[in-house]
Amino acid sequence: MGKLENLDFKKNSLRNINNFLQNIDFKKNLREFVIRNPSGNHAICAGLKEDISVNIKGHVGYYCGGMNQNANITIEGNAGTGLGENMMSGLIHVKGNVSQSAGATAHGGTIIVDGNASSRCGISMKGVDIIIKGSVGHMSAFMAQSGTLLICGDAGEALGDSIYETVIYIAGTPKSLGADCVEKKITKKDLIKIDELLNIGKIKKIKSSKFKKYGSARKLYNFKIDNVSEY
Amino acid sequence: MCGIVGIYLKKKNLHQKLGNYLSGMLDNMSSRGPDSAGFAIYNKNNSSRTYKYSVCCPSDFDIKKFEISVGNEFKDILIKSVSDHLVISTKTSPKLFLSFLGNNYKELKIIGYGKSIEIFKQVGNPKEIVKKFKLNKLQGSHAIGHTRMATESAITLDGSHPYSTGEDECLVHNGSLSNHNNLRRKLIKKGKKFDSFNDTEVAAGYISNQLSETKSMKKTLTKCLSNLDGFYTFIAGTKNGFAVLRDEIACKPAVIAETKDYVAVASEFQAMAHLPDVNKAKIYEPEPGVVYTWGN
Repeated sequence: MGKLENLDFKKNSLRNINNFLQNIDFKKNLREFVIRNPSGNHAICAGLKEDISVNIKGHVGYYCGGMNQNANITIEGNAGTGLGENMMSGLIHVKGNVSQSAGATAHGGTIIVDGNASSRCGISMKGVDIIIKGSVGHMSAFMAQSGTLLICGDAGEALGDSIYETVIYIAGTPKSLGADCVEKKITKKDLIKIDELLNIGKIKKIKSSKFKKYGSARKLYNFKIDNVSEY
Repeated sequence: MCGIVGIYLKKKNLHQKLGNYLSGMLDNMSSRGPDSAGFAIYNKNNSSRTYKYSVCCPSDFDIKKFEISVGNEFKDILIKSVSDHLVISTKTSPKLFLSFLGNNYKELKIIGYGKSIEIFKQVGNPKEIVKKFKLNKLQGSHAIGHTRMATESAITLDGSHPYSTGEDECLVHNGSLSNHNNLRRKLIKKGKKFDSFNDTEVAAGYISNQLSETKSMKKTLTKCLSNLDGFYTFIAGTKNGFAVLRDEIACKPAVIAETKDYVAVASEFQAMAHLPDVNKAKIYEPEPGVVYTWGN
């Protein structure tokens, strides 16, 4: 434990590897790390706090980069359920596909997925920016509260169901929209935001003018002031 | 929770590795299901007329005595004994042999039969069960397995997967069904018999029943989407291959890895991290409500 060369799941345990990355000794001036043989293990790089870069060489399991603050995590493979769950800041870049609930409840930072995301991408997101270069599955941005979900491909059923203030930009087509999710007019401000996200994701193939915008119609029960008197 | 796994080998020269591959998969899924484990191995007989009957014996069962008396009754009988399980090979038809066992050896639990299938399952940690049944050495064309975290029924042999409810058919399931009691009653009326109160056994019975009517795994599993209520990822095995189905809500996970040599299915990627060339495999999640089949 405590040695750079031991960030290998064939040689060391998850707990030791995470412990090392969560408690970096900056006197040694280390900022960049490589994790080998992740073999689909869960909770890799969960709870990182510092401004470091971690490159994971392979597929990861559930909750990779969960609760991340400041760290820049790259996954050279696929990621399982709950990637970057409750992330606060920093960047997670997945070069493959991600499973369900990517970026769930995440408060800040950026998630980039080069492939597709499964169902419930950005569920209850609270401020994160999520950039999906492929398509997303059903119930994506469910109850999403803040932040931006940019989708270059298509979306599954019930996109943005019961959405609050999150903004969805999509270049493809949603199979269907969830309750209270409607298409909105693209403004200049939107185009600037889309260009900013395309730039972060290094996406050149699609122009910002291709995107449509979806958000909350604010017509569900909790948006009606009359209902306040119920409490 | 529960873990499910399946592997289908595309090349005959790999058949000797089947048990080895599957044991690693079950081992890695102990985290999802520490209560019991089981697996079905498909290994075709040399003779197309021979049936294999997988049975589990109680601890005080006299296997030697059984061998002699059954041998007297059926001359061609061959018995393979592994731990508390027996695989009995004979050309005697299922109708005759199953009623013989049922009438004379009520203490034996018949867990499956067919011309290809062999089933082993027991309560306990998957790591130990894999060793106990010497899975590492078993050969065949495809196999499915299960590690169970008990939710809907007790930790018993009756509650362990895979469930086989037809010749060379079996099912493993991650999830839980909510309309199994009603469906069980309907299937009993149609003549199906059930050994447990487990929801998965009902799904297996439903699939067997539909298969006998539609003769198509794809059609059968598509019907599951409208008639089975609940959460599920299924792997359904038949003589020639297996099929995968996730319900449309897709709460239960599944991942597929396909190479030129094999197709592997598991609840989580870590179950197949040990398979050869898995990092070069085409890896994807089965879409909700879509039937995937191999070899069927």
